[in-house]
Amino acid sequence: MSRIASEADLAELRRIAAQVRRLILETIHHAGAGHIGGPLSVTDILTSLYFREMNIDPQRPDDPERDRFILSKGHSAVALYTVMALRGYLPVDELKTFDKYGSRLQAHPDMTLLPGLDMSSGSLGQGISAAVGMALGAKLTGRAFRVYCVIGDGESQEGQVWEAADIASKNRLDNLLVVMDYNKLQQFGWPGEDGNKRRSPVDSPADRWRSFGWHVIEADGHDMGELLEAYAGARRIEGQPTIVIAHTVKGKGVSFMENNYVWHAKVPNAEELRKALEEIGQGVES
Amino acid sequence: MSLELGSPVAMRDVFGEELLELTRKDPRVYALDGDLATSTKLDMVASGNPAKFLQMGIAEQNMLGVAAGMAAIGLQPWVCSFAAFIVKRALDQIFVTIAQPRLDVKMIGAYSGLLTGLTGKTHQGLEDLAIMRTIPNMVVLAPADAADVRKAMEFANRYDGPVYIRLARDPLPSIFDERTHTFTLGKAVQIRDGKDVTLISTGTQTVRSVQAVRMLEERGISVKLLHMPSVKPIDVEAIVAAAEQTGAVVTAEEHTVFGGLGSAVTEVLAEHCPVPVLRVGVKDRNSVSAPNDVLLKEYGIDTEHIVQAVESIIQRKVGAK
Repeated sequence: MSRIASEADLAELRRIAAQVRRLILETIHHAGAGHIGGPLSVTDILTSLYFREMNIDPQRPDDPERDRFILSKGHSAVALYTVMALRGYLPVDELKTFDKYGSRLQAHPDMTLLPGLDMSSGSLGQGISAAVGMALGAKLTGRAFRVYCVIGDGESQEGQVWEAADIASKNRLDNLLVVMDYNKLQQFGWPGEDGNKRRSPVDSPADRWRSFGWHVIEADGHDMGELLEAYAGARRIEGQPTIVIAHTVKGKGVSFMENNYVWHAKVPNAEELRKALEEIGQGVES
Repeated sequence: MSLELGSPVAMRDVFGEELLELTRKDPRVYALDGDLATSTKLDMVASGNPAKFLQMGIAEQNMLGVAAGMAAIGLQPWVCSFAAFIVKRALDQIFVTIAQPRLDVKMIGAYSGLLTGLTGKTHQGLEDLAIMRTIPNMVVLAPADAADVRKAMEFANRYDGPVYIRLARDPLPSIFDERTHTFTLGKAVQIRDGKDVTLISTGTQTVRSVQAVRMLEERGISVKLLHMPSVKPIDVEAIVAAAEQTGAVVTAEEHTVFGGLGSAVTEVLAEHCPVPVLRVGVKDRNSVSAPNDVLLKEYGIDTEHIVQAVESIIQRKVGAK
């Protein structure tokens, strides 16, 4: 039971997240391309940010004082578009155009196409630097908005992530919150000790971020209450940036996709889609 | 315009002064340093307007990304490093977070070309024009002297979008009068009119081209000299008109012959007005550290090489008739 949200609020967030997962599965199936494991692992993080944490208004997507969001792990774009659609930034029906020629919903986010999309991304390690620039700019000009950025654990192999971490800490950017979607898998990676499992993309992330001067909060990335508590905890921190290391499951919600790196960017066929939707549906009712 | 050259001024000094002035006049302008401020003269902002100076450390990829974020919330960051490091080290960052979204970031490539103060291969920047020219939305400028640097910077400040400005380290004689000189995006500046051959130069090579034209005129050769401060967009109209008028073109740049000014001019001429062309630039060869005069001579880009290229293309032009 969370102190900052009622059980009904949390249930509502869980209901939305289940709808996001169903739409992600349908969109990827329909597009015949795209990533799926990562979008399913980041769903609860994005849902909790867009529906509860961030100070945003889909009716005023260009409001200069809105909170900013950057999906640094841009290959999970389908999850971002779905959450933004349900939040009212675009028609849900537009998800059917994902990856199509002329669509505002590019395979990787394009900020020039979709109002409310705050930064282009897709090449890993770059979004977090832009987030640092936004947070630094806000500090320099005395503006009160907060900056949110989601990075991947595989993405954290990029050296630029740590360049950004250092500058954020040196500039005491307490208006910046980074969430790591720590799903412990990457596209292919390395075999684990036992041969079946894969090795985690980044070892001891909490220690690494702490050593860079960040405030670190660990949370269950599929528990809405824990996520909201973590965001609230970050708001109380002064003089340093915060990272929430959100422990997640790649492919979350679909048993045959969970923790299976093969589903990083595999398209479900009609039968797999039917089974997956059935499982997501059961998840909501229970 | 006269071929008289004024006293030598270093572009980097003018750059530091002008950027300090811009940070004072324009609340959106910030200076981002990749820890080279004493070389690039960004230290003038650090001492003159410290609130507008941001040290980003020795981490170019992040620096370009931070600039993108600042521009995305309405600021105008000026990122300054050596040309080699901005362009080659942070290229994907420039593509993805600055150029594609057409953000208002100014990129200053200091220490471009061969003459980088005895620093050699890693610090020379001979490919920046070629690389930056391939990026959609990118404006690529290579001013020739102090007045040209100021006018290019004033333009970049007014222009809403990504601009790359190539600068040089060492003092060069002045060509233009600061009181009357202007800059127009995509427009050539005619320094001399002539009828035998057209010489098209950019950046630091424009001074050496002026010197070459003086020597050629003494030998009775009439040269039309066009300076191209704007390498992208390039002045197609002026190039075609000059080629039609003179029937032969030589290009001059302190840059590799692959993909820079010479290539840009040749692309225009191949499509619109094929005439004999010679490109004076650094050939397919790694650079080294050496004194300036040695580098210019050994790499085939000193005034004498420009003169030779003009004389030899006139022979080809005559032979073609």
